Amino acid sequence: MIEFKAVTKRYPDGTVAVDSLDLAVDAGRITVFVGPSGCGKTTSLRMINRMIDPTSGTILLDGKDIRESDPPLLRRGIGYVIQQAGLFPHRTVLDNVSTVPLLTGASRRDARRRAGELLELVGLPAELGKRYPVQLSGGQQQRVGVARALAADPPVLLMDEPFSAVDPVVRDDLQQQLLRLQSDLDKTIVFVTHDIDEAIKLGDKVAVFRVGGRLAQYATPSELLAKPADDFVSSFVGRDRGYRALSFLAADGVPVGPVATTRVGTNTADAEPADGWVIVVDEENRPLGWLSTDLLSTVGTTVTAEGLVSGGSLYKVDDGNLRSALDSALSSPAGVGIAVDGSGAVVGGIKADTVIEALSRARRTGEVPA
Amino acid sequence: MNVDWPWPWLPRNVDKIAEATGEHLYLALLPVIVGLVISIPLGWAASRWPGVRLVLVPLAGVLYTIPSLALITLVPLLIGTKIIDPLNVQVPLGIYTVALLVRSVTDALLAVPREVTAAATAVGFRPTKRFLSVELPLAIPVIVAGLRVAVVSAMSLTSVGALIGIGGLGELITEGFKRNNAVEMVVAIALILLIALVLDALLLTVGKLITPWTRARQGANR
Repeated sequence: MIEFKAVTKRYPDGTVAVDSLDLAVDAGRITVFVGPSGCGKTTSLRMINRMIDPTSGTILLDGKDIRESDPPLLRRGIGYVIQQAGLFPHRTVLDNVSTVPLLTGASRRDARRRAGELLELVGLPAELGKRYPVQLSGGQQQRVGVARALAADPPVLLMDEPFSAVDPVVRDDLQQQLLRLQSDLDKTIVFVTHDIDEAIKLGDKVAVFRVGGRLAQYATPSELLAKPADDFVSSFVGRDRGYRALSFLAADGVPVGPVATTRVGTNTADAEPADGWVIVVDEENRPLGWLSTDLLSTVGTTVTAEGLVSGGSLYKVDDGNLRSALDSALSSPAGVGIAVDGSGAVVGGIKADTVIEALSRARRTGEVPA
Repeated sequence: MNVDWPWPWLPRNVDKIAEATGEHLYLALLPVIVGLVISIPLGWAASRWPGVRLVLVPLAGVLYTIPSLALITLVPLLIGTKIIDPLNVQVPLGIYTVALLVRSVTDALLAVPREVTAAATAVGFRPTKRFLSVELPLAIPVIVAGLRVAVVSAMSLTSVGALIGIGGLGELITEGFKRNNAVEMVVAIALILLIALVLDALLLTVGKLITPWTRARQGANR
Protein backbone atom coordinates (compact mmCIF):
# COMPACT_ATOMS: atom_id res chain seq x y z
CA MET A 1 0.00 0.00 0.00
CA ILE A 2 1.11 3.55 -0.77
CA GLU A 3 0.04 6.35 1.57
CA PHE A 4 0.33 10.08 0.97
CA LYS A 5 0.19 11.99 4.23
CA ALA A 6 -0.22 15.77 3.95
CA VAL A 7 2.14 15.77 0.96
CA THR A 8 2.89 19.18 -0.54
CA LYS A 9 5.21 20.10 -3.38
CA ARG A 10 6.00 23.77 -3.73
CA TYR A 11 8.56 25.00 -6.26
CA PRO A 12 10.99 27.84 -5.51
CA ASP A 13 8.98 30.20 -7.74
CA GLY A 14 6.00 29.70 -5.45
CA THR A 15 3.97 27.36 -7.69
CA VAL A 16 2.20 24.71 -5.70
CA ALA A 17 2.14 21.49 -7.71
CA VAL A 18 0.60 19.31 -5.01
CA ASP A 19 -1.30 20.75 -2.07
CA SER A 20 -1.49 18.70 1.17
CA LEU A 21 -2.44 15.45 -0.49
CA ASP A 22 -3.86 12.72 1.72
CA LEU A 23 -4.53 9.52 -0.14
CA ALA A 24 -4.10 5.78 0.29
CA VAL A 25 -3.45 3.66 -2.78
CA ASP A 26 -4.79 0.13 -2.29
CA ALA A 27 -2.36 -2.75 -2.71
CA GLY A 28 -2.99 -5.01 -5.68
CA ARG A 29 -5.35 -2.56 -7.36
CA ILE A 30 -5.21 -0.03 -10.17
CA THR A 31 -5.46 3.53 -8.90
CA VAL A 32 -5.74 6.21 -11.55
CA PHE A 33 -4.67 9.82 -10.99
CA VAL A 34 -6.61 11.95 -13.43
CA GLY A 35 -7.02 15.67 -13.98
CA PRO A 36 -6.30 18.57 -16.32
CA SER A 37 -2.71 19.62 -16.99
CA GLY A 38 -1.10 21.39 -14.06
CA CYS A 39 -3.15 19.48 -11.50
CA GLY A 40 -0.15 17.74 -9.94
CA LYS A 41 -1.03 14.20 -10.97
CA THR A 42 2.36 13.46 -12.55
CA THR A 43 4.22 15.21 -9.74
CA SER A 44 2.36 13.04 -7.23
CA LEU A 45 3.28 9.93 -9.19
CA ARG A 46 6.93 10.90 -9.42
CA MET A 47 7.13 11.50 -5.70
CA ILE A 48 6.40 7.81 -5.12
CA ASN A 49 9.75 6.74 -6.61
CA ARG A 50 11.51 9.90 -5.49
CA MET A 51 12.03 11.33 -8.96
CA ILE A 52 10.66 14.38 -7.16
CA ASP A 53 10.92 14.91 -3.41
CA PRO A 54 8.00 16.53 -1.58
CA THR A 55 8.46 19.89 0.14
CA SER A 56 6.60 18.58 3.16
CA GLY A 57 4.59 15.57 4.19
CA THR A 58 5.33 11.88 4.13
CA ILE A 59 4.89 9.07 1.64
CA LEU A 60 4.76 5.56 3.04
CA LEU A 61 5.35 2.47 0.93
CA ASP A 62 4.15 -0.59 2.82
CA GLY A 63 4.32 1.44 6.00
CA LYS A 64 7.89 2.58 5.46
CA ASP A 65 8.81 6.21 4.83
CA ILE A 66 10.32 6.30 1.33
CA ARG A 67 12.81 8.96 2.41
CA GLU A 68 14.63 6.24 4.32
CA SER A 69 15.37 4.39 1.09
CA ASP A 70 18.27 5.03 -1.25
CA PRO A 71 16.52 6.39 -4.38
CA PRO A 72 18.15 4.08 -6.98
CA LEU A 73 17.42 1.02 -4.83
CA LEU A 74 13.86 2.18 -4.18
CA ARG A 75 13.33 2.68 -7.93
CA ARG A 76 14.57 -0.79 -8.84
CA GLY A 77 11.69 -2.14 -6.75
CA ILE A 78 9.11 0.03 -8.51
CA GLY A 79 8.31 -0.53 -12.18
CA TYR A 80 8.00 2.64 -14.22
CA VAL A 81 6.33 3.08 -17.59
CA ILE A 82 6.69 6.48 -19.19
CA GLN A 83 4.97 8.26 -22.04
CA GLN A 84 6.49 7.31 -25.43
CA ALA A 85 7.92 4.27 -23.61
CA GLY A 86 11.27 6.03 -22.94
CA LEU A 87 13.13 3.02 -24.28
CA PHE A 88 16.91 3.18 -24.59
CA PRO A 89 17.42 3.75 -28.34
CA HIS A 90 20.90 2.22 -28.29
CA ARG A 91 19.84 -1.06 -26.77
CA THR A 92 17.96 -3.91 -28.38
CA VAL A 93 14.48 -4.74 -27.16
CA LEU A 94 15.83 -7.69 -25.18
CA ASP A 95 18.54 -5.54 -23.56
CA ASN A 96 15.99 -2.86 -22.72
CA VAL A 97 13.84 -5.38 -20.91
CA SER A 98 16.89 -6.86 -19.15
CA THR A 99 17.89 -3.50 -17.70
CA VAL A 100 16.58 -3.78 -14.16
CA PRO A 101 17.49 -7.45 -13.58
CA LEU A 102 21.04 -6.57 -14.67
CA LEU A 103 21.12 -3.57 -12.32
CA THR A 104 20.01 -5.75 -9.45
CA GLY A 105 22.79 -8.22 -10.13
CA ALA A 106 21.20 -10.96 -12.24
CA SER A 107 23.54 -12.74 -14.63
CA ARG A 108 23.28 -11.70 -18.28
CA ARG A 109 21.88 -15.11 -19.14
CA ASP A 110 19.16 -15.07 -16.49
CA ALA A 111 18.26 -11.48 -17.34
CA ARG A 112 17.87 -12.33 -21.02
CA ARG A 113 15.82 -15.42 -20.32
CA ARG A 114 13.55 -13.38 -18.09
CA ALA A 115 13.32 -10.69 -20.78
CA GLY A 116 12.26 -13.33 -23.30
CA GLU A 117 9.48 -14.52 -20.99
CA LEU A 118 8.25 -10.96 -20.53
CA LEU A 119 8.11 -10.25 -24.25
CA GLU A 120 5.84 -13.24 -24.53
CA LEU A 121 3.76 -12.04 -21.58
CA VAL A 122 3.09 -8.67 -23.22
CA GLY A 123 2.26 -10.36 -26.49
CA LEU A 124 5.36 -9.62 -28.57
CA PRO A 125 6.99 -12.24 -30.81
CA ALA A 126 10.42 -13.37 -29.62
CA GLU A 127 12.13 -12.30 -32.86
CA LEU A 128 11.47 -8.66 -31.99
CA GLY A 129 13.98 -9.06 -29.16
CA LYS A 130 16.92 -8.39 -31.46
CA ARG A 131 15.43 -5.21 -32.92
CA TYR A 132 16.15 -1.68 -31.81
CA PRO A 133 13.26 0.45 -30.48
CA VAL A 134 13.22 2.62 -33.62
CA GLN A 135 12.27 -0.48 -35.60
CA LEU A 136 9.05 -1.00 -33.64
CA SER A 137 5.65 0.62 -33.96
CA GLY A 138 4.44 2.93 -31.20
CA GLY A 139 2.21 0.24 -29.73
CA GLN A 140 5.02 -2.33 -29.75
CA GLN A 141 7.36 0.14 -28.05
CA GLN A 142 4.80 0.73 -25.35
CA ARG A 143 4.51 -3.03 -24.77
CA VAL A 144 8.29 -3.23 -24.44
CA GLY A 145 8.04 -0.38 -21.91
CA VAL A 146 5.58 -2.42 -19.87
CA ALA A 147 7.79 -5.52 -20.16
CA ARG A 148 10.81 -3.53 -18.96
CA ALA A 149 8.85 -2.23 -15.97
CA LEU A 150 7.76 -5.75 -15.03
CA ALA A 151 11.14 -7.42 -15.54
CA ALA A 152 12.27 -7.38 -11.92
CA ASP A 153 8.76 -8.39 -10.80
CA PRO A 154 8.24 -5.27 -8.69
CA PRO A 155 5.12 -5.18 -6.48
CA VAL A 156 4.42 -1.59 -7.53
CA LEU A 157 4.04 -0.24 -11.05
CA LEU A 158 3.92 3.48 -11.88
CA MET A 159 2.52 4.37 -15.28
CA ASP A 160 2.87 7.97 -16.44
CA GLU A 161 0.43 8.58 -19.31
CA PRO A 162 1.78 5.46 -20.97
CA PHE A 163 -0.83 5.15 -23.72
CA SER A 164 -1.35 8.79 -24.64
CA ALA A 165 0.87 8.82 -27.71
CA VAL A 166 -0.68 5.92 -29.61
CA ASP A 167 -3.75 5.87 -31.83
CA PRO A 168 -7.14 4.98 -30.31
CA VAL A 169 -7.26 1.42 -31.66
CA VAL A 170 -3.81 0.55 -30.34
CA ARG A 171 -4.62 2.32 -27.07
CA ASP A 172 -7.67 0.16 -26.63
CA ASP A 173 -5.53 -2.95 -27.21
CA LEU A 174 -2.94 -1.82 -24.69
CA GLN A 175 -5.61 -1.04 -22.10
CA GLN A 176 -7.22 -4.46 -22.51
CA GLN A 177 -3.83 -6.07 -22.20
CA LEU A 178 -3.03 -4.14 -19.04
CA LEU A 179 -6.29 -5.32 -17.48
CA ARG A 180 -5.54 -8.92 -18.51
CA LEU A 181 -2.01 -8.71 -17.10
CA GLN A 182 -3.29 -7.17 -13.89
CA SER A 183 -5.85 -9.93 -13.38
CA ASP A 184 -2.92 -12.39 -13.29
CA LEU A 185 -0.27 -10.28 -11.57
CA ASP A 186 -2.16 -8.25 -8.94
CA LYS A 187 0.34 -5.40 -8.92
CA THR A 188 -0.24 -2.17 -7.08
CA ILE A 189 -0.56 0.13 -10.08
CA VAL A 190 -0.67 3.90 -10.04
CA PHE A 191 -1.68 5.15 -13.46
CA VAL A 192 -1.64 8.80 -14.53
CA THR A 193 -3.80 10.04 -17.38
CA HIS A 194 -5.63 13.18 -18.47
CA ASP A 195 -8.29 11.05 -20.16
CA ILE A 196 -11.25 10.46 -17.88
CA ASP A 197 -12.53 7.61 -20.06
CA GLU A 198 -9.23 5.81 -19.67
CA ALA A 199 -9.42 6.43 -15.91
CA ILE A 200 -12.90 4.95 -15.66
CA LYS A 201 -12.01 2.01 -17.84
CA LEU A 202 -8.86 1.02 -16.00
CA GLY A 203 -9.22 2.24 -12.44
CA ASP A 204 -10.40 0.25 -9.47
CA LYS A 205 -10.31 3.67 -7.88
CA VAL A 206 -9.90 7.07 -9.45
CA ALA A 207 -8.39 10.16 -7.85
CA VAL A 208 -9.53 13.34 -9.63
CA PHE A 209 -7.11 16.24 -9.19
CA ARG A 210 -7.93 19.87 -9.81
CA VAL A 211 -5.54 22.61 -10.91
CA GLY A 212 -3.42 23.73 -7.97
CA GLY A 213 -2.68 20.19 -6.87
CA ARG A 214 -5.76 19.51 -4.77
CA LEU A 215 -7.58 16.22 -4.64
CA ALA A 216 -11.16 16.82 -5.78
CA GLN A 217 -12.55 13.33 -5.35
CA TYR A 218 -11.23 9.85 -4.68
CA ALA A 219 -13.74 7.14 -5.44
CA THR A 220 -14.56 4.09 -7.52
CA PRO A 221 -15.42 4.84 -11.16
CA SER A 222 -19.13 4.07 -10.65
CA GLU A 223 -19.35 6.40 -7.66
CA LEU A 224 -17.55 9.08 -9.61
CA LEU A 225 -20.09 8.87 -12.42
CA ALA A 226 -23.11 8.57 -10.13
CA LYS A 227 -22.15 11.05 -7.44
CA PRO A 228 -19.52 13.58 -8.53
CA ALA A 229 -18.39 15.50 -5.47
CA ASP A 230 -18.78 18.95 -7.00
CA ASP A 231 -19.20 20.92 -10.21
CA PHE A 232 -15.54 20.56 -11.12
CA VAL A 233 -15.66 16.77 -10.97
CA SER A 234 -18.98 16.61 -12.73
CA SER A 235 -17.77 18.81 -15.59
CA PHE A 236 -14.50 16.90 -15.75
CA VAL A 237 -16.26 13.56 -15.80
CA GLY A 238 -18.04 15.11 -18.72
CA ARG A 239 -20.91 14.38 -21.02
CA ASP A 240 -23.00 11.27 -21.05
CA ARG A 241 -22.00 10.31 -17.55
CA GLY A 242 -25.47 8.88 -16.92
CA TYR A 243 -25.05 6.73 -19.98
CA ARG A 244 -21.47 5.75 -19.13
CA ALA A 245 -22.50 4.82 -15.59
CA LEU A 246 -24.54 2.02 -17.16
CA SER A 247 -21.33 0.11 -17.82
CA PHE A 248 -21.05 -0.62 -14.09
CA LEU A 249 -24.43 -2.33 -13.92
CA ALA A 250 -24.67 -6.01 -14.81
CA ALA A 251 -27.30 -6.75 -17.41
CA ASP A 252 -28.48 -10.01 -15.81
CA GLY A 253 -32.07 -8.84 -15.58
CA VAL A 254 -32.41 -7.76 -19.19
CA PRO A 255 -34.63 -10.22 -21.08
CA VAL A 256 -33.21 -11.52 -24.33
CA GLY A 257 -36.12 -11.84 -26.74
CA PRO A 258 -36.52 -13.89 -29.90
CA VAL A 259 -35.06 -12.54 -33.12
CA ALA A 260 -35.45 -13.51 -36.76
CA THR A 261 -32.40 -15.08 -38.40
CA THR A 262 -31.67 -16.60 -41.75
CA ARG A 263 -28.61 -18.57 -42.77
CA VAL A 264 -26.30 -17.68 -45.64
CA GLY A 265 -26.98 -20.00 -48.58
CA THR A 266 -30.64 -20.58 -47.85
CA ASN A 267 -33.48 -19.48 -50.07
CA THR A 268 -34.49 -15.84 -49.68
CA ALA A 269 -38.11 -16.86 -49.73
CA ASP A 270 -37.63 -18.83 -46.50
CA ALA A 271 -36.53 -15.77 -44.53
CA GLU A 272 -39.18 -14.52 -42.14
CA PRO A 273 -38.34 -11.00 -41.05
CA ALA A 274 -39.74 -9.77 -37.75
CA ASP A 275 -40.74 -6.10 -37.71
CA GLY A 276 -39.27 -5.74 -41.18
CA TRP A 277 -35.73 -7.03 -40.46
CA VAL A 278 -33.87 -10.33 -40.36
CA ILE A 279 -30.31 -11.12 -39.19
CA VAL A 280 -28.14 -13.01 -41.67
CA VAL A 281 -25.94 -15.56 -39.88
CA ASP A 282 -23.11 -17.83 -41.00
CA GLU A 283 -22.79 -21.61 -40.58
CA GLU A 284 -21.88 -21.18 -36.88
CA ASN A 285 -24.86 -18.91 -36.31
CA ARG A 286 -22.63 -15.82 -36.01
CA PRO A 287 -24.21 -12.57 -37.21
CA LEU A 288 -23.04 -11.14 -40.55
CA GLY A 289 -25.50 -8.27 -40.98
CA TRP A 290 -29.11 -7.34 -41.45
CA LEU A 291 -31.55 -7.52 -44.34
CA SER A 292 -34.78 -5.54 -44.46
CA THR A 293 -37.93 -6.80 -46.12
CA ASP A 294 -37.30 -4.37 -49.00
CA LEU A 295 -33.74 -5.57 -49.49
CA LEU A 296 -34.79 -9.24 -49.39
CA SER A 297 -36.69 -8.76 -52.62
CA THR A 298 -33.64 -7.34 -54.38
CA VAL A 299 -30.79 -9.69 -53.37
CA GLY A 300 -31.79 -12.62 -55.59
CA THR A 301 -32.98 -16.09 -54.71
CA THR A 302 -30.19 -17.10 -52.31
CA VAL A 303 -29.08 -15.27 -49.15
CA THR A 304 -25.40 -14.32 -49.45
CA ALA A 305 -22.99 -12.27 -47.33
CA GLU A 306 -23.19 -9.52 -49.94
CA GLY A 307 -25.41 -6.46 -49.79
CA LEU A 308 -26.09 -6.64 -46.05
CA VAL A 309 -26.75 -3.65 -43.84
CA SER A 310 -23.99 -3.74 -41.28
CA GLY A 311 -25.13 -4.20 -37.73
CA GLY A 312 -24.42 -2.24 -34.59
CA SER A 313 -22.43 -3.30 -31.57
CA LEU A 314 -22.96 -6.80 -30.22
CA TYR A 315 -24.17 -7.51 -26.73
CA LYS A 316 -22.36 -10.43 -25.09
CA VAL A 317 -24.77 -12.10 -22.70
CA ASP A 318 -22.01 -13.69 -20.60
CA ASP A 319 -20.25 -10.52 -19.51
CA GLY A 320 -22.54 -7.76 -20.68
CA ASN A 321 -23.53 -4.64 -18.81
CA LEU A 322 -26.44 -2.29 -19.28
CA ARG A 323 -24.36 0.06 -21.39
CA SER A 324 -23.40 -2.56 -23.96
CA ALA A 325 -26.97 -3.90 -23.93
CA LEU A 326 -28.45 -0.46 -24.57
CA ASP A 327 -25.82 0.43 -27.13
CA SER A 328 -26.46 -2.75 -29.10
CA ALA A 329 -30.15 -1.81 -29.35
CA LEU A 330 -29.51 1.84 -30.19
CA SER A 331 -26.86 1.14 -32.81
CA SER A 332 -28.78 -1.56 -34.62
CA PRO A 333 -30.48 -0.60 -37.89
CA ALA A 334 -33.46 -2.71 -36.84
CA GLY A 335 -33.80 -1.16 -33.39
CA VAL A 336 -33.05 -4.56 -31.88
CA GLY A 337 -29.61 -5.29 -30.47
CA ILE A 338 -28.04 -8.64 -31.28
CA ALA A 339 -27.21 -10.71 -28.21
CA VAL A 340 -24.43 -13.28 -28.71
CA ASP A 341 -22.97 -16.01 -26.52
CA GLY A 342 -19.31 -16.67 -25.78
CA SER A 343 -18.72 -18.26 -29.20
CA GLY A 344 -20.29 -15.28 -30.98
CA ALA A 345 -23.49 -17.12 -31.96
CA VAL A 346 -26.78 -15.21 -31.98
CA VAL A 347 -28.94 -16.06 -28.97
CA GLY A 348 -31.58 -13.37 -29.27
CA GLY A 349 -32.45 -9.70 -29.43
CA ILE A 350 -32.33 -6.81 -26.99
CA LYS A 351 -34.75 -3.89 -27.06
CA ALA A 352 -33.91 -0.48 -25.61
CA ASP A 353 -37.05 -0.24 -23.48
CA THR A 354 -36.26 -3.51 -21.72
CA VAL A 355 -32.84 -2.10 -20.78
CA ILE A 356 -34.49 1.02 -19.35
CA GLU A 357 -36.87 -1.19 -17.37
CA ALA A 358 -33.90 -3.14 -15.97
CA LEU A 359 -32.34 0.18 -14.99
CA SER A 360 -35.41 1.32 -13.09
CA ARG A 361 -35.56 -2.05 -11.34
CA ALA A 362 -31.93 -1.59 -10.31
CA ARG A 363 -32.80 1.85 -8.97
CA ARG A 364 -35.66 0.46 -6.93
CA THR A 365 -33.50 -2.26 -5.43
CA GLY A 366 -30.83 0.27 -4.56
CA GLU A 367 -28.19 -1.15 -6.89
CA VAL A 368 -27.78 2.30 -8.39
CA PRO A 369 -26.49 4.81 -5.85
CA ALA A 370 -29.05 7.59 -5.60
CA MET B 1 61.46 29.82 -58.34
CA ASN B 2 63.26 26.82 -59.64
CA VAL B 3 62.96 23.67 -57.58
CA ASP B 4 64.91 20.46 -57.87
CA TRP B 5 63.27 17.05 -58.04
CA PRO B 6 66.04 14.78 -56.65
CA TRP B 7 64.04 11.51 -56.78
CA PRO B 8 66.95 9.40 -55.44
CA TRP B 9 66.49 11.26 -52.14
CA LEU B 10 63.34 9.19 -51.53
CA PRO B 11 64.82 5.63 -51.36
CA ARG B 12 67.84 6.87 -49.40
CA ASN B 13 65.65 8.45 -46.70
CA VAL B 14 62.99 5.83 -46.05
CA ASP B 15 64.09 5.52 -42.42
CA LYS B 16 64.02 9.24 -41.93
CA ILE B 17 60.55 9.49 -43.46
CA ALA B 18 59.27 6.63 -41.28
CA GLU B 19 60.70 8.26 -38.18
CA ALA B 20 59.12 11.61 -39.04
CA THR B 21 55.78 9.88 -39.68
CA GLY B 22 55.92 8.15 -36.32
CA GLU B 23 56.78 11.40 -34.61
CA HIS B 24 54.00 13.18 -36.48
CA LEU B 25 51.43 10.60 -35.31
CA TYR B 26 52.68 10.78 -31.74
CA LEU B 27 52.68 14.56 -31.73
CA ALA B 28 49.17 14.75 -33.19
CA LEU B 29 47.27 11.83 -31.72
CA LEU B 30 48.28 11.98 -28.07
CA PRO B 31 46.83 15.50 -27.65
CA VAL B 32 43.65 14.44 -29.43
CA ILE B 33 43.20 11.51 -27.06
CA VAL B 34 43.97 13.60 -23.98
CA GLY B 35 41.75 16.38 -25.35
CA LEU B 36 38.88 13.93 -25.76
CA VAL B 37 39.29 12.66 -22.22
CA ILE B 38 39.25 16.24 -20.90
CA SER B 39 36.29 17.29 -23.09
CA ILE B 40 33.93 14.63 -21.82
CA PRO B 41 33.70 15.83 -18.20
CA LEU B 42 33.73 19.45 -19.37
CA GLY B 43 30.94 18.76 -21.85
CA TRP B 44 29.05 16.86 -19.18
CA ALA B 45 29.29 19.84 -16.82
CA ALA B 46 28.25 22.22 -19.60
CA SER B 47 25.27 20.06 -20.54
CA ARG B 48 24.20 19.81 -16.94
CA TRP B 49 24.56 23.38 -15.69
CA PRO B 50 23.46 26.24 -17.98
CA GLY B 51 25.85 28.60 -16.15
CA VAL B 52 28.86 26.45 -17.03
CA ARG B 53 27.62 26.15 -20.59
CA LEU B 54 27.33 29.91 -20.92
CA VAL B 55 31.01 30.28 -20.06
CA LEU B 56 32.59 27.15 -21.55
CA VAL B 57 31.08 27.04 -25.00
CA PRO B 58 31.90 30.64 -26.04
CA LEU B 59 35.34 30.29 -24.42
CA ALA B 60 35.99 27.18 -26.50
CA GLY B 61 34.93 29.10 -29.59
CA VAL B 62 37.38 31.91 -28.82
CA LEU B 63 40.24 29.48 -28.15
CA TYR B 64 39.67 27.82 -31.48
CA THR B 65 40.02 31.12 -33.33
CA ILE B 66 43.51 31.85 -31.95
CA PRO B 67 45.93 31.40 -34.87
CA SER B 68 47.94 28.21 -34.47
CA LEU B 69 51.25 29.96 -35.01
CA ALA B 70 50.52 32.38 -32.18
CA LEU B 71 49.50 29.60 -29.83
CA ILE B 72 52.48 27.42 -30.68
CA THR B 73 54.95 30.23 -30.04
CA LEU B 74 53.17 31.50 -26.91
CA VAL B 75 52.57 28.23 -25.08
CA PRO B 76 56.26 27.44 -24.34
CA LEU B 77 56.56 30.87 -22.72
CA LEU B 78 53.45 30.30 -20.66
CA ILE B 79 54.16 26.76 -19.46
CA GLY B 80 57.92 27.19 -19.25
CA THR B 81 58.98 24.22 -21.33
CA LYS B 82 62.37 23.88 -23.07
CA ILE B 83 62.81 24.82 -26.70
CA ILE B 84 62.39 21.45 -28.34
CA ASP B 85 59.98 19.83 -25.90
CA PRO B 86 57.16 17.96 -27.78
CA LEU B 87 54.76 19.51 -25.29
CA ASN B 88 55.29 22.84 -27.08
CA VAL B 89 53.25 21.40 -29.93
CA GLN B 90 51.09 18.97 -28.01
CA VAL B 91 49.68 21.44 -25.50
CA PRO B 92 48.35 23.78 -28.23
CA LEU B 93 46.97 20.79 -30.12
CA GLY B 94 45.28 19.61 -26.93
CA ILE B 95 43.78 23.05 -26.47
CA TYR B 96 42.40 23.02 -30.02
CA THR B 97 40.97 19.55 -29.52
CA VAL B 98 39.26 20.53 -26.29
CA ALA B 99 37.99 23.74 -27.88
CA LEU B 100 36.47 21.71 -30.69
CA LEU B 101 35.13 18.77 -28.70
CA VAL B 102 33.64 20.58 -25.70
CA ARG B 103 30.99 21.91 -28.02
CA SER B 104 30.39 18.50 -29.66
CA VAL B 105 30.13 16.70 -26.33
CA THR B 106 27.84 19.37 -24.87
CA ASP B 107 25.54 19.35 -27.89
CA ALA B 108 25.53 15.57 -28.05
CA LEU B 109 24.60 15.19 -24.39
CA LEU B 110 21.94 17.89 -24.62
CA ALA B 111 20.42 16.02 -27.56
CA VAL B 112 19.79 12.86 -25.50
CA PRO B 113 15.97 12.76 -25.22
CA ARG B 114 14.72 13.78 -21.79
CA GLU B 115 12.33 10.87 -21.54
CA VAL B 116 15.26 8.50 -22.05
CA THR B 117 17.29 9.98 -19.19
CA ALA B 118 14.15 10.18 -17.05
CA ALA B 119 13.43 6.53 -17.77
CA ALA B 120 17.02 5.61 -16.91
CA THR B 121 16.74 7.39 -13.56
CA ALA B 122 13.33 5.85 -12.93
CA VAL B 123 14.50 2.28 -13.46
CA GLY B 124 17.23 2.82 -10.89
CA PHE B 125 20.47 3.84 -12.60
CA ARG B 126 22.83 5.78 -10.36
CA PRO B 127 24.03 9.05 -11.96
CA THR B 128 27.52 7.85 -12.95
CA LYS B 129 26.30 4.58 -14.37
CA ARG B 130 23.49 6.36 -16.16
CA PHE B 131 26.01 8.69 -17.76
CA LEU B 132 28.31 5.87 -18.84
CA SER B 133 25.65 3.41 -20.01
CA VAL B 134 22.97 5.64 -21.44
CA GLU B 135 23.95 9.24 -22.09
CA LEU B 136 27.52 8.80 -23.31
CA PRO B 137 26.73 5.96 -25.74
CA LEU B 138 23.90 8.01 -27.22
CA ALA B 139 26.30 10.94 -27.64
CA ILE B 140 28.85 8.85 -29.58
CA PRO B 141 27.73 9.71 -33.13
CA VAL B 142 28.05 13.46 -32.55
CA ILE B 143 31.29 13.09 -30.57
CA VAL B 144 32.81 10.96 -33.33
CA ALA B 145 31.88 13.61 -35.90
CA GLY B 146 33.73 16.20 -33.79
CA LEU B 147 36.63 13.83 -33.28
CA ARG B 148 37.07 13.36 -37.03
CA VAL B 149 37.45 17.11 -37.49
CA ALA B 150 39.84 17.25 -34.52
CA VAL B 151 42.05 14.45 -35.87
CA VAL B 152 42.25 15.85 -39.38
CA SER B 153 43.06 19.35 -38.18
CA ALA B 154 45.61 17.98 -35.67
CA MET B 155 47.36 16.30 -38.62
CA SER B 156 47.80 19.58 -40.44
CA LEU B 157 48.41 21.73 -37.36
CA THR B 158 51.23 19.49 -36.20
CA SER B 159 53.19 20.55 -39.28
CA VAL B 160 53.16 24.14 -38.04
CA GLY B 161 55.29 22.91 -35.12
CA ALA B 162 58.15 22.61 -37.60
CA LEU B 163 58.56 26.36 -37.27
CA ILE B 164 59.70 25.87 -33.66
CA GLY B 165 61.64 22.74 -34.48
CA ILE B 166 59.14 20.05 -33.54
CA GLY B 167 56.92 19.11 -36.40
CA GLY B 168 57.18 15.47 -37.49
CA LEU B 169 56.51 15.46 -41.20
CA GLY B 170 56.30 19.25 -41.08
CA GLU B 171 60.04 19.34 -40.54
CA LEU B 172 60.54 17.57 -43.85
CA ILE B 173 58.54 20.36 -45.48
CA THR B 174 60.65 23.15 -43.98
CA GLU B 175 63.88 21.22 -44.61
CA GLY B 176 62.88 20.52 -48.19
CA PHE B 177 62.08 24.16 -48.64
CA LYS B 178 65.47 25.26 -47.33
CA ARG B 179 67.33 22.73 -49.46
CA ASN B 180 65.21 23.39 -52.50
CA ASN B 181 64.13 19.69 -52.43
CA ALA B 182 60.67 19.37 -53.94
CA VAL B 183 60.58 15.60 -53.46
CA GLU B 184 61.01 15.91 -49.71
CA MET B 185 58.21 18.48 -49.51
CA VAL B 186 55.79 16.57 -51.72
CA VAL B 187 56.39 13.27 -49.92
CA ALA B 188 55.71 14.93 -46.54
CA ILE B 189 52.57 16.69 -47.75
CA ALA B 190 51.27 13.53 -49.41
CA LEU B 191 51.86 11.51 -46.26
CA ILE B 192 50.08 14.06 -44.07
CA LEU B 193 47.11 14.00 -46.41
CA LEU B 194 47.13 10.22 -46.63
CA ILE B 195 47.30 9.75 -42.86
CA ALA B 196 44.52 12.28 -42.35
CA LEU B 197 42.31 10.48 -44.86
CA VAL B 198 43.04 7.05 -43.44
CA LEU B 199 42.42 8.14 -39.84
CA ASP B 200 39.22 9.87 -40.87
CA ALA B 201 37.95 6.77 -42.63
CA LEU B 202 39.01 4.64 -39.66
CA LEU B 203 37.09 6.82 -37.21
CA LEU B 204 34.06 6.80 -39.45
CA THR B 205 34.11 3.02 -39.60
CA VAL B 206 34.76 2.46 -35.91
CA GLY B 207 32.08 5.04 -35.07
CA LYS B 208 29.56 3.10 -37.12
CA LEU B 209 30.60 -0.26 -35.72
CA ILE B 210 30.12 0.82 -32.11
CA THR B 211 26.73 2.44 -32.78
CA PRO B 212 24.76 -0.30 -34.57
CA TRP B 213 21.45 1.28 -33.50
CA THR B 214 22.02 4.28 -35.75
CA ARG B 215 21.86 1.99 -38.76
CA ALA B 216 18.64 0.31 -37.60
CA ARG B 217 15.96 2.12 -39.51
CA GLN B 218 12.27 2.52 -39.23
CA GLY B 219 10.28 0.61 -41.75
CA ALA B 220 11.80 -2.68 -40.69
CA ASN B 221 8.45 -3.06 -39.01
CA ARG B 222 6.52 -6.22 -39.27
